[in-house]
Amino acid sequence: MFRPATGKPLYELAQVLLRGESPLSAADRELIAAYVSHRNKCVFCGSSHAAAARCLYGDDKKTIVDEVLHDMKQAGITEKLKALLHIAGKVQVLGKEVRPADIDTARHLGATDREIHDTVLIAAAFCMYNRYVDGLASFTPTDPEVYAAMGERMKDGYSLPNDIKE
Amino acid sequence: MAYIDLKNDLPGIRGPMAFRPETAKPLNELAEILLHSEDNTLSRGDREMIGAYVSSLNDCFFCQNVHGAMAQHYFQCSMEDIDSVKNDYQSAVISSKLKALLSIAASVQHSGKSVTNEQINIAKTVGATDKEIHDTVLIAAAFCMFNRYVDGLNTWAPGDRQLYVERAAMRADEGYAASNPHR
Repeated sequence: MFRPATGKPLYELAQVLLRGESPLSAADRELIAAYVSHRNKCVFCGSSHAAAARCLYGDDKKTIVDEVLHDMKQAGITEKLKALLHIAGKVQVLGKEVRPADIDTARHLGATDREIHDTVLIAAAFCMYNRYVDGLASFTPTDPEVYAAMGERMKDGYSLPNDIKE
Repeated sequence: MAYIDLKNDLPGIRGPMAFRPETAKPLNELAEILLHSEDNTLSRGDREMIGAYVSSLNDCFFCQNVHGAMAQHYFQCSMEDIDSVKNDYQSAVISSKLKALLSIAASVQHSGKSVTNEQINIAKTVGATDKEIHDTVLIAAAFCMFNRYVDGLNTWAPGDRQLYVERAAMRADEGYAASNPHR
C-alpha cells in the first residue's frame, strides 16, 4: 500500500460501516456497496463487494446480488431494501438528488433513521472508494475467480493488511 | 431540516457525526491526515482549497464554506480570493502546480475514470510528486463522500458565510482528529 497513514481510517470506516453494529445485515450493506460501485462503473469495487455479498447471503439467496445489479426494481428483495437502494442510487448521483419523497417511501416500508443514515453513508463512502481506485488507475483483475476468493476473505471483515502495519 | 431525527441541532456534518460517533471517528481521522497533518509537502491551504473546490463542484454549501474559510485562514487572503479560485481557478492567482492539481480534482469529482494520463503528466511537469497526486485524488474523492453525507441527509447550514470564517482559526488550531461535533 502506497500510503498506510490514509489506509488506516479507510479500512476502519469500511469495517464499522459494513461489519459494525447496524440494523441492516452485513449482506444488505455489501449489496448497497456493490450497487453504488456498479453505478460508478468501478469494476474492482463492484466485483469484490458483489462477491462479499454473495458469500454473506449464502447459497440459497446469493442470486439476488446479480438480480439487483441487473435490474434492482425487478430483483427478489424486500420493498424496503429496494427503497434503500433507490436512496443509495440518488446519493450516487449527488447528495441533493435525495428528495423528501424518497425518504417517506422508505419510512412507510419500515426503514428506520439508523437504516437511512447507514444507507446514505455507505453510498457516499463508495463514491469515495470508487474514485480513489479509478482515479489512480489501480490494477483491476479480470478473472472472476480472483473476486470470488476476495469475497470469501472480505466476509470476515476489513483490517489493514499485516505487512503494512507499522 | 434533516431527513432523519439526528437528536441534535448541529449544522452540516456535525449533526450526523454526533448521531453516529462510531463512523465519525474514522471520518475525522481521515480528514486529519488528509487536510491537517504536517507530514505533507502540500500546504494546509492548498489541501483545504482542493476540498473547498470539489465541494463547490458538488454544490455543497456547508462544506465549501467550511473548507473555503480554512483555505482563506491559511492563505491569509479574502473571501473574494477564495471565490475566484472556485469560480475560475485557471485565471486565479495561484501556482501552476495547484492549478494542475485542481484540474485532477475536478476530474475525480466527475468520476475516477475521468482522470487522464495527460493531466497527471502536466502535474508532474510543474513539480507535483506521486504522493501529492495521490493525496489530491484522495482529498477529491473524500469530499465526494463528505458532500453526499451532508446533503444526502439534508442537514442544515448557516447561511451567513462570515460565520464559517470566524470558526476557521479554532479548527486550524485543533485539527480534525479530536474534533467534538458539539462545539
